[in-house]
Amino acid sequence: MRYEYLTGNIAIAEASIVSGLKFYAGYPITPTSDIFEHLARELPKYGGHVIQFEDEIASINAVVGASWACAKAMTATSGPGFSLMLEALSLAVITETPLVVAYVMRTGPSTGVPTRSGQYDVLQSTYGFHGGLVIPVLAPSTPQEAYDLTVKAFNISEKLRTPVVLLSDAVVAHTYGKVAIRERSEVEIVDRSKPSTPLSEYRPYDPVDGLVPPMACFGEGYSVLVESLTHDERGYYAPRSDAQRKLMWRLYRKITESSGKLFDYSSLYLDDCDVALVSYGSTALSTQVAAKTLRERGVRACSLKLKTLFPIYEEGISKLLKNVEKVFVVENNVGLYYRELRGILKDRDVVSVPLIDLDVPLPQEVVGVVDKWL
Amino acid sequence: MAVTHPLDPYLRVDRIPTMWCPGCGLGIALGAILRAIDRRIEEGLLKKENIAFVGGIGCTARMTLYPYFDSAHVIHGRAIPFAIAVKVVKPEMKMVIVGGDGDIAAIGGNHLLHALKRNADLLVIMVNNMTYGMTGGQLAPTTPRGLYTTTTPYGNPERELNVIKLAAALGANYVARSSITHPQLLERTIYKALAKRGLAFVEVLSTCPEIFGRHIGLRNPVDLYMELKKKVTVKTNPSIEESDYDWGRGFVIGEFVDRDEPGFLDTYREYISKSFGGGAV
Ligand SMILES: Cc1ncc(C[n+]2csc(CCOP(=O)(O)OP(=O)(O)O)c2C)c(N)n1
Ligand code: SF4
Ligand SMILES: [Mg+2]
Repeated sequence: MRYEYLTGNIAIAEASIVSGLKFYAGYPITPTSDIFEHLARELPKYGGHVIQFEDEIASINAVVGASWACAKAMTATSGPGFSLMLEALSLAVITETPLVVAYVMRTGPSTGVPTRSGQYDVLQSTYGFHGGLVIPVLAPSTPQEAYDLTVKAFNISEKLRTPVVLLSDAVVAHTYGKVAIRERSEVEIVDRSKPSTPLSEYRPYDPVDGLVPPMACFGEGYSVLVESLTHDERGYYAPRSDAQRKLMWRLYRKITESSGKLFDYSSLYLDDCDVALVSYGSTALSTQVAAKTLRERGVRACSLKLKTLFPIYEEGISKLLKNVEKVFVVENNVGLYYRELRGILKDRDVVSVPLIDLDVPLPQEVVGVVDKWL
Repeated sequence: MAVTHPLDPYLRVDRIPTMWCPGCGLGIALGAILRAIDRRIEEGLLKKENIAFVGGIGCTARMTLYPYFDSAHVIHGRAIPFAIAVKVVKPEMKMVIVGGDGDIAAIGGNHLLHALKRNADLLVIMVNNMTYGMTGGQLAPTTPRGLYTTTTPYGNPERELNVIKLAAALGANYVARSSITHPQLLERTIYKALAKRGLAFVEVLSTCPEIFGRHIGLRNPVDLYMELKKKVTVKTNPSIEESDYDWGRGFVIGEFVDRDEPGFLDTYREYISKSFGGGAV
């Protein structure tokens, strides 16, 4: 292990190499291009491939293809590009293709303020694609978390055969911080499970005895079928309610039933707390300071920073907050994730603290809003 | 003893009959493609486990459902980037892309354009039935001018897209037009295209009696087939000007381009190995 000063973006790029990334496809967009540029320089040294495609649609479809050629694959983008990728993310969901999308949020809607920050796309990151399922979403707030959560994102994608979104923002992207860099041998790396059946008996969507099917890839002799239509275990088109039901529930359950295992958070003063400030991403930086400020004034405040945003670990989050009187959800948008938390903390007083700021909302702003409710 | 077809080893026989309408030209196209592949496998140029079919969405793209190879039936228009990535990661693969005129030249047009510009190592087979078969007969970029479609009920006001000229202009190594009315020739064209590095583009004129035929008053598959056959002229080494796309005057089929420039993989590897002494890729 060694320490380096890195930005959030470079931490993502470095961690993806350690995770075993072998294929990156992308289309330049602020504030992510330095992930792309860093990998273009570094990844070939590790035998990986980096290709610039004609747009984000091509990039994400290439990432799906690379994954079926046995390569760990990733792309990075921001709002406008992620919007273009949604159709193929839906393809990745139904074909159970492991891949990682680093989504570095910037100010929107549309072209917004391309170089500045915001958290407007937190719901789009998981609900944006058609088909009504959930993609795991991890949100770093520091370069160190960007590094660690990138490794985690690859591992989840391989273990659950799913796309995973690493949801960063323009502040995390370009803030420097000290990062503990681990060598390949020092991190746990998960690889997709491979079939153990004879070539001719392999069924690409048969979960055997769990919820996640072993995955063969192109060129191994399994005659793999990548199928975007509703399919049975063989990958054959199955336009029947029973097949649709079976597929939907398995795809849904394999993600939601892992919510406890995927859950990651950090907190301050949580075991002695009346007023919890919940946040994620760059906003969490201010929220932590705000919690300290309030405590100095005698308010029993605490901060809960969520690193896993989806699937929501309902029992886990309500347990963490069970002794709290009031929950404030602080975010840099009109109050989006608040709606999710309000839904699971029905018996608690949940207040939205929507602070719209091109950078990080200041701790005083957070305190100012909280004060009005105390 | 069960009677087997010589192409059975290359087919998911449990999925036959296909979903295609009776009399559709797509079966002829698939047969010719599989015979050409069979010859290349017999010769030892290709290995069965290294052949992959990739298609977007459409009646043509569903060709990926039947061959017993690695296959991907992905989303509308996006087969090409999927296939490029597989090829880059596993250069030993032979990527066969099958798509309709809409899949390849309309929604997938930008990917086609850039794959051509890269001379990406792919065999792109565009089956041109001059309509959107799967969705019920809307305007395709290749629909002849003036014809009725369900979305141009007063006649198609647009010029047709001649994809042969596009492919030739952007530098594909191999550009040919063929037709299901000439199955042996089609097989020979695919056979040749399978051995090319860089991008090989084959347009296959085909019949969609169910939709296109009905629209032009030739609902009977044989009548439509005979009509297309009448419009097709076979030429040896035709010039690119002769590729003109004109329903009224008919279509020249043949090889318009046959060259051997480095493909994308060649140049990609050259630059990487220049920097890393060939060890990295
Ligand atoms: C993004 C998207 N838009 C539209 C469609 C609907 N759609 C399915 S196939 C098709 C056109 C098919 O025409 P073509 O590619 O020529 O194939 P054919 O059926 O004629 O072989 C369309 C528009 C879709 N599946 N996805
Ligand atoms: S709609 Fe046309 S192209 Fe599609 S299967 Fe029927 S005849 Fe063939
Ligand atoms: Mg068509």
